[in-house]
Amino acid sequence: MARSALSLSNVHAYYGDSHVLHGVSLNLGEGRLLGLLGRNGAGKSTCMNVTVGLVQMRGGAIEVFGDSIGKCQPEVMSSRGIALVPQGRRIFRSLTVRENLAVAARKPARDAKAPWNVERVFDMFPRLRERKNQNAGSLSGGEQQMLAIGRAMMTNPRVLLMDEPSEGLAPQIVAEVGRIIARLKGEGLSIILVEQNIKLTLELADDVAIINTGEVVFAGTPAALQADESIIAQHLGVF
Amino acid sequence: MAVWSLLAVNSLSLGGLLFLLSAGFSLIFGLMRIPNLMHGSFFMLGAYLGASLLQRGYNFWFAALAASAAMVVIGGLVERLLLRRLAGQELAQVLLTLGLSFVIADLCLMIWTGDPIQPATPAQLGGGVRTLGMFFPIYRLAIIGIAVAIALGLWVLIDWTRLGAMIRAGVDDAPMARVMGIQVSRLFTAVFCIGAALAAFAGVMGSPFLSVYPGLDADMLPLALIVVILGGAGSLLGALVGSFIIGLLYNFGQAMFPDLAYVILFLPMVLVLILRPQGLLGRVQT
Repeated sequence: MARSALSLSNVHAYYGDSHVLHGVSLNLGEGRLLGLLGRNGAGKSTCMNVTVGLVQMRGGAIEVFGDSIGKCQPEVMSSRGIALVPQGRRIFRSLTVRENLAVAARKPARDAKAPWNVERVFDMFPRLRERKNQNAGSLSGGEQQMLAIGRAMMTNPRVLLMDEPSEGLAPQIVAEVGRIIARLKGEGLSIILVEQNIKLTLELADDVAIINTGEVVFAGTPAALQADESIIAQHLGVF
Repeated sequence: MAVWSLLAVNSLSLGGLLFLLSAGFSLIFGLMRIPNLMHGSFFMLGAYLGASLLQRGYNFWFAALAASAAMVVIGGLVERLLLRRLAGQELAQVLLTLGLSFVIADLCLMIWTGDPIQPATPAQLGGGVRTLGMFFPIYRLAIIGIAVAIALGLWVLIDWTRLGAMIRAGVDDAPMARVMGIQVSRLFTAVFCIGAALAAFAGVMGSPFLSVYPGLDADMLPLALIVVILGGAGSLLGALVGSFIIGLLYNFGQAMFPDLAYVILFLPMVLVLILRPQGLLGRVQT
């Protein structure tokens, strides 16, 4: 069993009075990719937002590489090596492409093999280099997604949270995003991939968890999930 | 002819002064969305502190910088301890800053009494230059130069440095900027402190010809408001253009149509609000 990169234990979260996470526990092994599936509104994004400190949890614990985090503040979680590719991309629209990357730059850990910088992001996404002085708001959806991924990598993270990176993209762009995720995983990054795209997730994931109405209802391997179609029908199927 | 040229120089130097005052106001209002109604108080308090230092025989530039430094501290405390608790509540921010401006006005009245103080022009910038048969006061020309230099410095800082990009990222999407590790709260405090310091610097710079008196804050704040509405909140270039327009309108308006001086000042603002609400150089909110 791989060392735990990120674990959520019995996490509860609320939006105002509405209880959205009812004791969620997830474990991401180091160097592994955990696919997180579930319907709209199941609580997947809330799990990500709690982990980066955008939503405060009320009860439960979060550990990053075995260190318990008291109060999750976004700046603290970032300095702990957690990066987010947010839902809807949320790039800084009035900044140029290059500025979007530059503002997120953080020195890598001392043991990092291949630290990320602007040039390395441009090598991975040549389209971004072509548009480096363009306002990020003028990019296409696919380019914005690549910028959001590049921006997250500029923080030289140890854990990458990707919240629906395929949302709203054309099929060939989705395939490209899939290849990039596989490549990042190949470099040893620990990744949580939140998706509605079941096929993409099952191709990439080492482990899968399903969230339904704020609770984890399945945790196992992609093979185990595929073997039991009733789970997919019950928790992911469209009515 | 000579009168008009002198009026033009006076207009431009008032414009320079207004830029120093309204640049900070514009950044605080446009970037942080805080309607800081105590910005005129920063100007007046800076002017009083500077005047006191000058009376004690300190060098003019030392007085200007010391007053600015004092306002960094005061502005920082106001932002950290009070405004920070009212994030996003514009009405509460208006009431707080307006209330603080009354408190500061009364404190100034207690400390410096109601008598106006008129500091002397710094000796090294006294006198004037004679060209084309006319006499231009050097001090006024120096203010124009300083304002343009500070405008350039601010523009480079905000538009061309990583720090400036981080501030703009915080304005675009503050929660996401924090997730990327940017210390948005510290940056916003810094912006507020820079704005307060610039206002105090302008207060000292302006004191030799505006003099320092109770009510100076309430005289300057509307001018800063007009400049920012005219130029567009958050736009430094807008603040610069707006400042010079208002400087010209103020001086020429008072010279040519003294009865209508305020109409001439506020009319362009009304027109801009009707025809181009985001201001001449303001960004359209998306």
